[in-house]
Amino acid sequence: MAERSFKAEVEHLRKGSGDVFTGEGILALTKALLENGVGYVGGYQGAPISHLMDVLADAQDLMGELGVRFEANASEAAAAAMLAASVHYPIRGAVTFKGSVGVNVASDALANLASSGVNGGALVIVGEDYGEGSSIMQERSYGFAMKSQFWLLDPRPNLPSIVKAVGDGFALSEASNTPVMLMVRIRSCHVTGSFETSDNVPPPLSVQDALANPQRDFKRVVLPPMSYAHEHDKIDNRWPAAEKFILDNKLNERFGPESGKVGIMCLGGMYNGVIRALQRLGLADISGNTSVPLYVLNVTYPIVKSDVVDFCKGKEAVLLVEEGQPEFIEQQIGAMLYKEGATTRLEGKGIFPKAGEYTGQIMFDGLEAFVRQYAPDLLPAKVLAPNTPKTELPDLTKSVPIRPPGFCTGCPERPIFASLKLAEQELGPRQITGDIGCHLFACLPPFEIGGSTMGYGLGPASNAAFDGGGEHRAISILGDGGFWHNGLSSSIGNMVFNKSDSVAIIVDNYYSAATGGQDVLSSRAQNSTKSTNHPISKALEGVGVEWIRQIDRTYDVTQMRAAIREALTTDYKGPKVIVASSECMLNRQRREKPLRNKAIADGKRVETPRFGVDQDVCTGDHACIRLSGCPSLSLKKLDDPLRDDPVAHIDQSCVGCGNCGEVADAAILCPSFYEAKVVHNPTVFETWLTGLRKKVISWLQNRRAGKRLTFSGEAL
Amino acid sequence: MSLALPLDAQPTDPALEGIIKLAVMAVGGQGGGVLTNWIESLARSQGYHCQATSVAGVAQRTGATIYYIEMAPGDVAAPVFSLAPAAGDVDIAIAAEMMEAGRAIIRGFVTPDRTTLIASTHRMLAVSEKTVPGDGMASSDEVRAAAEVASQKLILADMDRAAVKVGSVISASLFGALAGSEALPFKREAFEEAIRTGGKGVEASLRAFAAGYDLAQNGEPAKPVEEKPVQQEIVAPKGPADIQSEWARLEARVAALPETVRVMAAAGLTKVVDFQDCAYGSEYLDRLEALVKADTAEREYELSCEAAKYIANAMAYDDVIRVADLKTRPQRFDRIEAEMGVGNDNVMHLTDYLHPRAEEIVGLLPEKLGRKMENDPAWMKRIDRWFNRGRRLRTDSLRGFAMLYFLGGLRNWRLKTLRHKMEQDHLNDWLQMVAGYLPDRYGMAVEILRCRRLIKGYSDTHARGLSKFDKVLSGARMVEDREDGPQWVARLREAALKDEKGTELDGALKTVESFTG
Repeated sequence: MAERSFKAEVEHLRKGSGDVFTGEGILALTKALLENGVGYVGGYQGAPISHLMDVLADAQDLMGELGVRFEANASEAAAAAMLAASVHYPIRGAVTFKGSVGVNVASDALANLASSGVNGGALVIVGEDYGEGSSIMQERSYGFAMKSQFWLLDPRPNLPSIVKAVGDGFALSEASNTPVMLMVRIRSCHVTGSFETSDNVPPPLSVQDALANPQRDFKRVVLPPMSYAHEHDKIDNRWPAAEKFILDNKLNERFGPESGKVGIMCLGGMYNGVIRALQRLGLADISGNTSVPLYVLNVTYPIVKSDVVDFCKGKEAVLLVEEGQPEFIEQQIGAMLYKEGATTRLEGKGIFPKAGEYTGQIMFDGLEAFVRQYAPDLLPAKVLAPNTPKTELPDLTKSVPIRPPGFCTGCPERPIFASLKLAEQELGPRQITGDIGCHLFACLPPFEIGGSTMGYGLGPASNAAFDGGGEHRAISILGDGGFWHNGLSSSIGNMVFNKSDSVAIIVDNYYSAATGGQDVLSSRAQNSTKSTNHPISKALEGVGVEWIRQIDRTYDVTQMRAAIREALTTDYKGPKVIVASSECMLNRQRREKPLRNKAIADGKRVETPRFGVDQDVCTGDHACIRLSGCPSLSLKKLDDPLRDDPVAHIDQSCVGCGNCGEVADAAILCPSFYEAKVVHNPTVFETWLTGLRKKVISWLQNRRAGKRLTFSGEAL
Repeated sequence: MSLALPLDAQPTDPALEGIIKLAVMAVGGQGGGVLTNWIESLARSQGYHCQATSVAGVAQRTGATIYYIEMAPGDVAAPVFSLAPAAGDVDIAIAAEMMEAGRAIIRGFVTPDRTTLIASTHRMLAVSEKTVPGDGMASSDEVRAAAEVASQKLILADMDRAAVKVGSVISASLFGALAGSEALPFKREAFEEAIRTGGKGVEASLRAFAAGYDLAQNGEPAKPVEEKPVQQEIVAPKGPADIQSEWARLEARVAALPETVRVMAAAGLTKVVDFQDCAYGSEYLDRLEALVKADTAEREYELSCEAAKYIANAMAYDDVIRVADLKTRPQRFDRIEAEMGVGNDNVMHLTDYLHPRAEEIVGLLPEKLGRKMENDPAWMKRIDRWFNRGRRLRTDSLRGFAMLYFLGGLRNWRLKTLRHKMEQDHLNDWLQMVAGYLPDRYGMAVEILRCRRLIKGYSDTHARGLSKFDKVLSGARMVEDREDGPQWVARLREAALKDEKGTELDGALKTVESFTG
């Protein structure tokens, strides 16, 4: 079960004609798929479309009623490959994953799909993880559309436009026999709004029905000589068909006056940002009515030349608002205008910075610079000559600390990396590679473990150069999500086959945790629609790993460190794999907390552990924090004139995982930590025993107090 | 081209002034999403158009995260909202933590012409603040000062405490503060209705809402001026009469010290007596008085104050006996039970995490025997085998308590131990070095006293502290004849507190060597 449940929201997906849906972009996308008669959906989670996968999973009942097949694919490649169903069958299919990394993984299947061409509408919904909040390298998915020639939609970021784009996408795909990629940016996925719903439509041909009448056509197979024919088909037939459909159905939109000295062209996804800048410049009203001609490219590939040339006609200059680089569209439009012999100046990069997100300020500055240069008469006086000087604000950049993401309170991965850091302190530093997942946070302070990440499931593979071994064995990290995504073959299989002498640590937290706690094959939960509980260690044995150490409680730092030490020092020459398993604390707390509270309320005996620091024993050296970074392990300034430095302090958010105590023990740090386990609804015997103990203990305490001075505090 | 007289320019649409732009800056896990949902549902219930966006993804794992909301009156036709806040264009900024308020200011989301800033003053320390061996905490005062300049209206209060006090979380108290700030054109009842519509933990949320509302309207109640005893000796300790009279004699000696030294001396004396006994306290005052004699009022007794502090810290070192003593005191049990909320219906198990090494065991032996063993690797190995392992001691059980109680009772034995001898030698060497700089190099003496701050922690951390201390002192010797010697010692000490391994200190020492060598 995923971190966030959409069970309640999913009910709104049943709305029909005449209703209004209000909610998040991802739910609107799901609703649009159902309204457009989709026959099968799938995908692979990853921000910003993780929640779309969660919505789809939670909507399985509804989809079942409609005869829609939902598949939680093993990877983006698997998701894209699933669209093969639309090659021969007139069934609409949609899959979703994140861009650009998901598209990287899927690109093999996507390229084959694009070459074969499709019969039923094939839609790839890509959550473009670019700009603020992104967790990946900053690239564009655009290049994939260009190289494989499938079409790319980038609708305006409001719910009606996004919903419309789904229908347009399917229709365009079918009209041009080409898969279509629908791109939604980070914020569009979670933007809220409303749209008018229509009835859900069951697929005219369901995947189940299709099996009754199998179809094949060797002309669609990517093999010579058909592959040569595919290339020509793309250029001679599919592309013109797409252009015609785009023009006939006016998929690209125009706003503002028919003509003007200048014009602005923007990608659909940039529309709201452009309008906001125009509003601030006094060039658009609150509803987006602009006094500058605006051409919105809801289809960003292909760019329809005739339409672009038409828009530019008679204009002295046009500004293209295209975020990210390379500036693929600017290059295309530049070439179009040049070949057409147009005199219109094309502005874009230059006025806008070449790299990076177009933030509100950049958009404002860019548009202002453009209008000021080419049509200053349009600008109102207060923009032309602002008369209020800006207030100088104090510079806080040096004092406000950065706050990158990190392990949650009680995270079972923290003790793994604390153990690894301790092992390194003991045996010397090692070559370590990371992987994708929460465990990548270990690269940051306080652990600073792992120097690279080459892709999902590729941690051990990216250490392959060091597989031959040497004085110090190399270590790589791999998560359970990455393991099942492709790590089993690309990383572990690679190690076995090449007789790797290095060490791999598999972080098994029972979920694809970083993407929001979706189940994977080795999840321990019972999932009614998925097959879980397949142990990683068995898969390892299956591919031929002989040296396996299964740790079932990562919080046992002493044992964890011993396993790492053994892997690094054993005489065994083959691949050494440690599977470190403990449940993601975020998910565990969400699962257990309500049960625990209920049990306490019901009068059942429940123990709730929490840790603490004796402030008088703590000397304020913070060594424990350098092996933890736990949000609940913080600092406190004491009201004691004799103390210079703040001492460690554990706040109420502690979940009692025990990492701090274990680390203090394993690293022999200090005796400040204690665990206080509160027993709710204790047994009668327990209460009696505690009373007896307390009596004896306070007798001893009073005895000692009688022979010495007692000051008010514990120690001063 | 004309001189750009904007005759035909469009006037700015006045309806644009009706858009309210609100940014929420939070730390992942704080419930910024819940707050956003409430605000959105509130705006819609009041007939407003509203759009919210957030940046999902890994930032929600304890990182800095941001939510953004825009709203406009319902009579406007299909307003186009932005999906992200822009610098200089935010009406209301809500920061769920003090440094996030700072981040909002840095990003330009707080400007004096328009922004109401609602921020919680509590701190969730970033990792970089916590890992510094010294004090790496960022300055809230700096952010507060900037917030005063940057905002049009400012509401600053500890919204976290306000919420936790009534059994809720910060999102609810911030929502209350938003209502109380009157920055949105909606009535209080409408806000509360939004919480009820949300339907989860309604009662607790409403309590926190009320607390936040109140804080925004009336500000934080001025902290009652703490009546700090001017002279700490007023606080009388409890204990048998004969020891009380001994204590009275020590207090009288403190009272005879120069006034500026008394507070620190009283604190120091209390610590030392609490650590051992009154005779040990007397030793402390002997050492202190010797330095006070060499000090002058012209310097405001700076040397004596530092001596009062650091001699006490050096004398009350952290040995096994002290740890065991502290861990068996009744006040400790009371404090933990209060912190954990243990009531009459609960019982509490208390487990202490201890890990003794041979060094600690040998430190407890008489000096001669201890030294012999310390220098005999075979014996050290043997003792390690017997004792060196992690021990989880149930201090609430009779067996566990008795063990610690016995160790804590070794106080009368302490002065004979090897550890005590080692601490004494170290203390004497240090004070001798201090005395050597007096009277001519007063500044050097003060700085050498302050270097005691470097020694803290247990086992390896303690050893590392000692080696840093030694390094700084050796650096001090290189600059002792220079006019700016004391400043250099201070710089070396600060460098030593910057990182664990002492990289900064080594760098600073290289610099010193470069101009002294």
